[in-house]
Amino acid sequence: MIEQRLRSALSVDSIEIVDESHLHVGHPGAASGGGHFQVTIVADNFDGLSTLARHRLIYDALGDAMQTEIHALSIKAFDSGGN
Amino acid sequence: MEIQERIRKVIDENSVMLFMKGSPDFPQCGFSGRVVQILEACDAKFGSADVLMDPELREGIKAYSNWPTIPQLYIQGELIGGSDIVMEMHENGELKKKIDALDG
Repeated sequence: MIEQRLRSALSVDSIEIVDESHLHVGHPGAASGGGHFQVTIVADNFDGLSTLARHRLIYDALGDAMQTEIHALSIKAFDSGGN
Repeated sequence: MEIQERIRKVIDENSVMLFMKGSPDFPQCGFSGRVVQILEACDAKFGSADVLMDPELREGIKAYSNWPTIPQLYIQGELIGGSDIVMEMHENGELKKKIDALDG
């Protein structure tokens, strides 16, 4: 689901998503049941953007999933040049 | 006081302000805890608010900057970001520079 939404919103060169939910089972912040994910993404859309702006693009693409399925998302976002 | 107004006030009053889960002494989330550690490593004086104690704040802070995750760090009213961004700025020295500039 995460990969689909990001691919449809951004021009993704490569994407890797790791589900780390098992690392957080039982901690109080995870009580809402959403998963913990780590995404490493390379996309042309990030060219020239600050890290904050890149994260915003990702959050926007994920939309309401940020409030439901996703409890925490760790992001590494690179532009097409690898920066 | 309306929640957005309350948030603006607390951000105005604290040049470094962290919205987190738990307290600096007892973070309830690894990401929040990481930001606290980084701020302490930078010798930052910072205000903090525990969103777990205040459901209205928890939703309100997401709307305030249209940023869906917590923790959120603000310096002089500006959203710096969440733990990934704070970590990156700590590693490249930008965060310490920003914090040191506040005292000068």
